[in-house]
Amino acid sequence: MNGKSSLNTRTLAYIPYYLWVVLFVIAPVVLVVYYSLFDIEGNFTFSNYAEFFTPVYLKMTLSSFWYAFLITLFSLLIAYPAAFLLTRTKHKQLWLLLIILPTWMNLLLKTYAFIGILGAEGPINTLFSAIGIGEQQLLFTSGSFVFVSIYIFVPFMIMPIYNAIEELNVSLTDAARDLGASSWTTFRRVIFPLTLSGVKAGCISVFIPALSLFMITRLIAGNKVITLGTAIEQHFLVTQDWGMGSTVAVFLIIAMAVIMFVTGGSKKGVRR
Amino acid sequence: MKSMTRTLILILAVAFALILTANRLNSSQGYSSGNTLTIYNWGDYIDPELLTRFQEETGITVIYQTFDSNEAMLTKIEQGGTTFDIAVPSDYAIEKMREEKLLIPLDHDKIPNMKYIDPKFLDLSFDPDNQYSMPYFWGTLGVVYNPNLTDLKFESWEDLWDPSLANNVLLTDGAREVIGTGLVSQGYSLNDINEQHLQQALDHLMQLSPNVKAIVGDEIKLLLANGEAAAGLVFSGDASEIMSENEELDYVVPEEGSNLYFDNMVIPKTAQNVDGAMKFINFMLDPEVNAQNTEYVGYSTPNDAALALLPEDISSDERFYPPDELTERLEVYENLGKKMLVRYNELFLQFKMNGS
Repeated sequence: MNGKSSLNTRTLAYIPYYLWVVLFVIAPVVLVVYYSLFDIEGNFTFSNYAEFFTPVYLKMTLSSFWYAFLITLFSLLIAYPAAFLLTRTKHKQLWLLLIILPTWMNLLLKTYAFIGILGAEGPINTLFSAIGIGEQQLLFTSGSFVFVSIYIFVPFMIMPIYNAIEELNVSLTDAARDLGASSWTTFRRVIFPLTLSGVKAGCISVFIPALSLFMITRLIAGNKVITLGTAIEQHFLVTQDWGMGSTVAVFLIIAMAVIMFVTGGSKKGVRR
Repeated sequence: MKSMTRTLILILAVAFALILTANRLNSSQGYSSGNTLTIYNWGDYIDPELLTRFQEETGITVIYQTFDSNEAMLTKIEQGGTTFDIAVPSDYAIEKMREEKLLIPLDHDKIPNMKYIDPKFLDLSFDPDNQYSMPYFWGTLGVVYNPNLTDLKFESWEDLWDPSLANNVLLTDGAREVIGTGLVSQGYSLNDINEQHLQQALDHLMQLSPNVKAIVGDEIKLLLANGEAAAGLVFSGDASEIMSENEELDYVVPEEGSNLYFDNMVIPKTAQNVDGAMKFINFMLDPEVNAQNTEYVGYSTPNDAALALLPEDISSDERFYPPDELTERLEVYENLGKKMLVRYNELFLQFKMNGS
């Protein structure tokens, strides 16, 4: 085959992908950075960035990270054992389908359902009253916010971990056993390091969207939890202060880039 | 390779069939015939039966879309790319749209039913001579409370601050409404832009935080009707809806004064069917149609002839048709400009952060 012509077809085949990246990845990021440099009257300024470093936004950033961290941590604690058990069940595909099924439903619909479930007259409180604990305030607490977020994100954590465990070569665990490793040591030294890629992928796909959650903060937490996502929504829809909204978005993009860089750093998960 | 080609052809065939069916469905409903009217209104703000009736009477197909805040509506219309023939903004939003030349003037000759409107709702400051807008509904901002859960009567805004209401008050998620409540409780105007007064209002609001259970949107109706809180800051229209769900609740406008608002029908610059839009405005002002809509929506109607057709228990309800001495203490929101809107929202954000 002629080397030159194959090179040309290859370049041609890349064009759609380059176009896609330029139009839908680079251009939006550049626009966001561009808008962040203008104030409400359209003057070029860095004042939005100065504003970001005031206590209001710093506190908001800290609480966004804290909640995103909690959501990711608990999702992982639930998802890893779940994924592990899943690979050992008989009807894997059925169980997997049952876990994925709720993600087909609209996010808002699921959130609304929780308003009813957690409400003062909801089934949980009815149960609490019946067994003598008494009515508790569940809705509009940070606890319920974390709980509902975990419910929403858990499938996204299970999937990559499940795939990683599925790919694990069973003979490796057998070998570990043969060489006298206890179950815990096998898990710690063989299974977990080999499935680390799945854990990382899961954490990224939960942590990053969790950072910019917004509707749930109002519906479930009653604006008692304010995240960066809420601030962006407010600036674009209510105040039309696109500059400030973009500035918050720039910080989110930076934070996400840092997280991707840190977690994606080493490809080798196994120590020798 | 062969099976991949086959799959690809199958997918394309299915996609093509779907487009064809969608087109067929659209044309059978008249969506592509050109004789359509796109209405952009608040959620749950019209009797759907009236839309069907309008379609039957005029042969114009109605496409109905909804928004949940003036700002969201404004953003969409400003950005263009929409074809709304009718929108229903509130007073200060109309003023803003008028200033930004986003509206088409109304031809009063084509809206003869205008004569049914109570003159006190015409020629208001946000739209002199009703050049661009026709009243749809009006209402007040006040407190819905549950007498089973509190003994307070909310004749004063100060009652919201009462320690007995700890973690028992719901607020509407609106900067002007919440900061405005702070201002009025301190004896200032809802439209105050004096930084010192605003700061004073915020300081006072910060003391309200322990009582605030949540700051929510439209869900507030559901939550109050379900007895989730003892009191809530809501618009009168929402209040009437809540009270039709749960008759134990009551609505009151505190004595210091409050917000009086108007939602008017306008024709945005983006309109494709201006004639149809005028017809629709006239249709909605017809006394019989208006009365039916008022009974369905529950807001206060500015239409005198329609009010006369309504049952006594609605038309003489002073909570929704307050006597003149109360309306005199109410204020209409003025468009404070972008800068003040940002300032109000900053203060509101600080108030929200205080509660978290």
